[in-house]
Order: sequence, then C-alpha cells, then structure tokens
Amino acid sequence: MQKKEYDKLVKKHKPNEKKFLNIVKAFSIGGTIGIIGHALLEFYVNTLEVTSKDAATLVIITLVFFASLFTALGFFDNWVSFGRAGFIIPITGFAHGMTSAAIEYRGEGLITGIGSNIFKLTGSVILYGIVSAYIFGLIRFLLFGG
Amino acid sequence: MTIKYKEVYVHETSTVVGPYEKKGPLNKYFDVAYDDLYAKEKSWEKAEVQYLNNSINVLLKKIKKTTQDIDLFISGDLLNQITASSKVASNLQIPFLGVYSACGTWVEAIIIASNMLDANQAQRIICSTSSHNLSAEKQFRNPTEYGGPKPKTATFTATGGSSMYLSNEKSNIRIESSTIGKVVDLNQTDVFNMGAIMAPAAADTINKHLRDTKRQPNYYDLILTGDLGLYGKKILIDYINEEHNIDISKNYNDCGIMLYDLKKQKQVNAGGSGPVCSALVVNGLIIDKLRKKEFKKILLVATGALFSPTFLFQKTSIPAIAHAISLELVE
Repeated sequence: MQKKEYDKLVKKHKPNEKKFLNIVKAFSIGGTIGIIGHALLEFYVNTLEVTSKDAATLVIITLVFFASLFTALGFFDNWVSFGRAGFIIPITGFAHGMTSAAIEYRGEGLITGIGSNIFKLTGSVILYGIVSAYIFGLIRFLLFGG
Repeated sequence: MTIKYKEVYVHETSTVVGPYEKKGPLNKYFDVAYDDLYAKEKSWEKAEVQYLNNSINVLLKKIKKTTQDIDLFISGDLLNQITASSKVASNLQIPFLGVYSACGTWVEAIIIASNMLDANQAQRIICSTSSHNLSAEKQFRNPTEYGGPKPKTATFTATGGSSMYLSNEKSNIRIESSTIGKVVDLNQTDVFNMGAIMAPAAADTINKHLRDTKRQPNYYDLILTGDLGLYGKKILIDYINEEHNIDISKNYNDCGIMLYDLKKQKQVNAGGSGPVCSALVVNGLIIDKLRKKEFKKILLVATGALFSPTFLFQKTSIPAIAHAISLELVE
C-alpha cells in the first residue's frame, strides 16, 4: 500500500472531534473569564480607586494568581481539559502552563529543575510577546510618533 | 524471521498495577494494585522503579526462588536510557540485559530469553517491563499537571510493572515460536494517533509469522496486538485484509482496549499503551485463560512506536516495530 493510500485509510477510521461543542465551550468559558476580568477592573477602579492602567495590571495578577493556585491544588488540569481553549487562550492558560511545569520539575533542584524548566511551555509566549511588542511599538512610533 | 522452540516454558507471572488499572475490568487478575501513583516515592520515575521492583519480588515469592537462582534478568521500559530497569537490575544483582522496542519491549525480552533457553545457554530467566502514566507523560508530552486537551485517538500509558519467569524445565504453557519484526514506516507523524503509526508494523509481522509457519489466522484462538487502541485496531483489520489478504476480524483483539473500560474510563481515550500494557493483559488474563484451558493457542504481537521528542520536533516520520510470540498450552 502506498503512503497516500494509507493516509486515506487512517483518515477513514479517525473519529470526529466535537468541534461545534468545543467552540461553544471555549466561547462561553473564555467569555466568562473576560467578564470576571472586567468586573475586577471595575472593582479596582471604583472601590479601591486605583488608576485604570494600574487596575489592568492588577486584573492580570489576580487571574494569574488564581489559575496558579488552582493548578497547585490539583484540579485546574481537569477544568482545562474540559474547557479547552476557553481556559488556555486567556492569561489563565499561561499561568497554568507555567505552574504545572514548576510543580513537575521541583524535585530536580531549584536551578536545574524549576529554574530551567518553569518556562518550558510558556517561554515562547514570553519571547514572542516581547518581540512583537517591540516591533509593533516601533511601527507605532514611526507612524504616529509614539 | 520466525524461530521455533522446543523447550521454552512459562512458569509464573506477576502483575503490579496503579489506580487506573485497578478500576479497569481486569483487576481480579492482578497481584498487587496501588491506589497511589507515587507508590510512596517522591517522583514518578522512582515510583516506576518501585512498581517494577515489586513485580519481581512478587514473582520470586511465587516461584519460591531467590535472585541467586536466576541466570538472567531481561527488562526494558520507556524512561530515558531505560533507567527504571537499570535501577531494578542494580538492586537485584542478577546478570542483566536491557532492551528497548517502546511498547513492544517485553516481547523482545521474551524472544531473547526463549532463544537462550532453547539453546541451553541459560535455565532460568526473568523478563520484565514497566511503564508509568505520569513519567511517560512528563518525558514524551507535557508536565503532568498541564491539562491540555487530547484527541479521541490518543492512548493512555498504563502504570505498572510486570514480570514473567521462563525456564527450560517443563510446565503447562510454552513459547512455541517467535517472529522478529522489521521496522515499518508509512510516513505517519501524529503522536496522538499511535495506532495508525504501528498498525502496518503489526500487519507485517502477523503476515510474516503466518507465512513462515504456513498457518491460517484461525489456527490461533486469539491474535492479540499490544497496543494499537480502538482506532488502530480498526485500521489493522482493514489494512492486513487489503495488503496481505488476511482476515483476522474473527479472532483478534487489542491489549490496550482490554485493559480499561473505554466507556467508563473516559480519560484513556482510545485505550491503554506503554510496554506494561500488553504484559499486564497477558500475564494477568491470558495466562489464567490458558491454565483454565479456555484458550490453547495465542499469538501475541507487541507493537512499538520508535520515536523520541527530539526527532519529532525535527519533523521526521515515526517508524514502528512489532514482534510476535506464540503461546501454547501443553496438553
């Protein structure tokens, strides 16, 4: 059997993933996290009276804190498996990836374990986040003068 | 390459499993079941050593022998540089051969043992293997607490250690023949569809075995692959029919599907995998069925996907291998 024919056979027996259900889940869970984020923003601005710029940072810190805490408590991986992109795309996915790596490698030392591996999953988010921020910042500066 | 044996006998087996396997349908056939994936150790890797070590302790008790009575220990696992087996071998102080064929490791060990026993180079050999769901997950995929979603075709590495004691002294079950497979690569790259990677290798080895021995599939009460999973099983039935004109659909099953209850244990997706998966099914269920004379002839075809994360990231296809042994009840 040729490789192409075999690919067809493999495809024939591949089960369908429930794409529509996954999209609905991701939309509603991701949307809920967005609503929680905005509620927190309102809370920080109106009740604690911080500037909206500082409040945005505080919202991120809050979400990262809870996603990391829930990962450490051991049940957040089940939530992520269920909610998929709904939990992975918001900042909660970044926190979950970072904390799970830290937990996994804690037994291999502070430097060679946690230090070297904490950004195993999320390192690319940081790297390409910084690179793209630099590029878009530069474009904004050149076109609009900052 | 098919080799026939005259004097190779299976005496005893042992099975040590983790919590997921305990909840599966074969629990009553297992010797020891841990509720704790850590097995009171501090890491997944050390836990795997514990599982494997315990399977040998259980086996030695069953056969009433000490490590000094054993000529050779052959073992392999999935950890980098097969370290679980090496650690156990270091405890045992029995001459040791480490082997690797991914999920086909254990059958490779039995083939080597059978050849040595039949040639009378050794009299008493223990063949073992282990895998651990979370040490495999950590090494081949993501950190264990990471909950990234998996497709339905993904398989679930079984947790446990399992051993078999073989000798050229007579018993009621023998290794009748073995077929050493060749590496087959049909350009598959999806690690979440291992069944599709390994099915052609299983087909090639089954075809070779049946032709070399001039047998039909119905010669065996059961042809057993370890471990293609639910979708790999369907692929194999179609592929071997189209490619080699062999119909195995009537007496064929897969160890990965038998180890878990696929309807209730949703987290296993397409079924079990890992070298210990086929070892647990055979050493638990199949040996028991042979002893009770419910089965007389079994063909076990253990398949392995021979890949490393490094090669995968370098975008190379994944080759696969399958080795077969024929188990027979001695009347």
